[in-house]
This record gives sequence, C-alpha cells and structure tokens, in this order.
Amino acid sequence: MLRLEEVRHSYDGRPVLCGITLELAQHRIGVIGANGSGKSTLARTLNGLVVPDRGSVTMGEWDTRRHAKHIRRRVGFVFSDAANQIIMPTVAEDVEIGLRSLGLGREETERRVEAVLTRYGLDGHRDHPGHLLSGGQKQLLALASVLVTEPEVLVCDEPTTLLDLRNTRMVHRVLDGLEQQVILFTHDLDLLDGFDRVLVMDAGRVVFDGAPGDAVDHYIGLMDGR
Amino acid sequence: MSTVGLYVPGDGPLYRLPAGAKLLALLLVGVGLIAAADHRVALTALAVALVLYPLVGLPLGRAWSVLRVLWPFLLAIGLFQILFGEWQTALRLCAQLAALVLLANLVTLTTRVREMLDLFAWMVRPLRHVGADPARIALVLALTIRSIPMVAAAWQAAREGYLARGLTGYPHLLVVPVIVQLLRMADATGEALVARGIDEATRR
Repeated sequence: MLRLEEVRHSYDGRPVLCGITLELAQHRIGVIGANGSGKSTLARTLNGLVVPDRGSVTMGEWDTRRHAKHIRRRVGFVFSDAANQIIMPTVAEDVEIGLRSLGLGREETERRVEAVLTRYGLDGHRDHPGHLLSGGQKQLLALASVLVTEPEVLVCDEPTTLLDLRNTRMVHRVLDGLEQQVILFTHDLDLLDGFDRVLVMDAGRVVFDGAPGDAVDHYIGLMDGR
Repeated sequence: MSTVGLYVPGDGPLYRLPAGAKLLALLLVGVGLIAAADHRVALTALAVALVLYPLVGLPLGRAWSVLRVLWPFLLAIGLFQILFGEWQTALRLCAQLAALVLLANLVTLTTRVREMLDLFAWMVRPLRHVGADPARIALVLALTIRSIPMVAAAWQAAREGYLARGLTGYPHLLVVPVIVQLLRMADATGEALVARGIDEATRR
C-alpha cells in the first residue's frame, strides 16, 4: 500500500504540496482538483518521479527517496500526453523496452509483448511507428507499455485529457477491467463512477476525502465559490 | 512523416537476412563502387538498387521518394563536376550516391529497428572496457530515431501557429517556438524513461 507522510514540495519557493498525509489502500481511487492544485506533482511523487522536499512516500518497506527503482517496478505511471511516453520507433519495440530491466528471457519477453498487444487490440500495429497511431491508440499503447510490466498499482495523470468521447470511454473500459489498484488523477468527473474513494485537492492540500458523489459535489461547490 | 522510412513489414528474401549481413553487404558494395571508380559500374549499381525494391516486395514509390529528397544534392554535385571536372565523374558520383542511399534505405525498410539496435549494441560491446554501457548507447540511438518525427511535429505545429496568425516573410520567428517545444518534448521523454524504469536517475 502506498503511504504518504507529511509530504511537502515546492518549485522555486512556491509550495505545491503542503503536508499531505494519506494511506492509499482502496482498489479505485480518484483525485480531482483545479489546474495548479498540485495533482500532477502528487501523482509524480507516487512512483518517485518527484521526490518530496520533506516527508516520505513509501510502499511497504520501500521509500521513493532511497528505493525509487523498486517502487517504479510496482507502480506504473501513465501520462496525459501519450505521444511523449512513446520512446521506441515501433509499437512492439516500445512495449518491449520496459521489460528489459526485468531481465526476462527472449521467449518470455515476446510472449508478454504479444499477449498485451492482442489484449489491447494493437497486434495489427506491432511493426507500425507509434507516433503514427491515432490519439486513442497512442494512449492504449502507453497503457500497454506500462501494464506489460505487471505493476501492482497504476497511476494515471489525466489520461483522457487529449482524447475524444469515444476514446475516453475506451480508456475508461480498459481501466475498469484492470485487476491492479488504479489511482486516477483527472478532470473528467464521469470517469469516477464506481470508484471507492475520491480525493479533492486545492492549493496543495487534500480538502475532501470520501465517496465519489460527495467529492464531486464538494469540488463543484469549491469551483462555484470562485 | 519522414520519407526515409523505418521498417515496413514484409516477408521477402531480404527480410530473412540478418541485419549484420545486410550492413556488411552494404559496406562491401560501397567499398566496391569507390574502388571501381567507373561510371558504368555505378550506373549498374543504381539500376540494381532500383530493381531490388519491387523484387523484395516494396513499391517503387519508396525508391522515388528517396530520390526526390536527394535530387537537389545530386544536381549540385553533378553541375559542379560538369563545370570543373568531367561529365563521367559527375555521372559516376551521382549514380554512386543515389545507389548507396537507395540500398541503405532498403536495409532500413527491411530490418526491424530492434534488430539494428541489438546489432549496434553488440558492435559497441568492446567499449564496456572503457566504462561505456552498450545498452545505453543503443537506447540513445533508438531515441535519436524516435526524435525524427518529434522534430517534424514540432516544426509543423510551430509553422501552423505562424501561418494561422497571418505571418509571412519572418521564418526566423519559428526558431524559438520549435526549440521550446523540442525542449519540452525532451523533458517529457526523460520523465517517461524514468517512470518506466528505463533510466534509474531520480528527479528532484
């Protein structure tokens, strides 16, 4: 379980996370908040992309400050702009590159790549350049590239921001069908249907923590007051 | 999209050859053409290169698109040699260059990038003795290939913004937005590498 203890972080003296303490145990957790509320920075602390100035982010015995490598193998991360997440020239190679650090054999690597490409409907594109895929396919590729490493937790930072309604629904279905714990940072309130817990962030703090419906009401009230 | 393409799926005889054999053959052809120094040999090589495209199952349009990119250079080299040298030399140099670029493109089109990177990593293995990491060098090469369409996309986006605002005649105004976009893309790629555990350096 991911645990945050008094997490504080600032950029150039501007505080973006102001003493956040959380235990993230539920299967589906959503995080909502206005632009600049600290969502993306919080998301990045969860797999060690950002190490907080103060406080700690831990998963079991591992701490992102000292064991980022171990945590990243357990906590996958999906960005909002999938195009930036595509590293290798072709679809299959991009999925495969994430497996290299796991030290799997050639056969097991190829088996996993084929399985994940088939599962997400990308098997027909295995040798195509990733950057030529449609927006929805790129996001599927980004998800496949992370899920092929079989992380225990998937952190998604606004994965549907650049997608149309059809592709947003497709990503929603994919996330819905995952066995992994999903921590979803989003502006799309519809994605939170069926979630176990939703946090509302404002000015670097968690200002509400509860059921999705109540959290959305709180968030809308917060925005209406501005 | 780059006209000098990446791998195109297929099952012709050239696809079944290992990457190393293809690159070695390319090297030998290059050395042979230069050693022969004959315009008839160079023209034969060019004809063979053109015939190879349909033979391995690739449309001839792939070859034309390469020549379309190359022709200004061929024209410049040819004119220079005709003016200051001999027409045979002009013909030989242009045919040699076109043949070798077409053949190199053929290798690229029929070889998976992963095979090429594995070969490259194998070739730079001796550098381990001076502290270099062959896998990392291969990754840098892969990222370089991946960056080509990113640079094209950054240029296209900046150009569209420039035209949408009704600007003409100030092409230098594109430089800053392109560089800013490329720096952002580079930063995002670095973040993605770290997030996917491919580079273990920690951001702070």
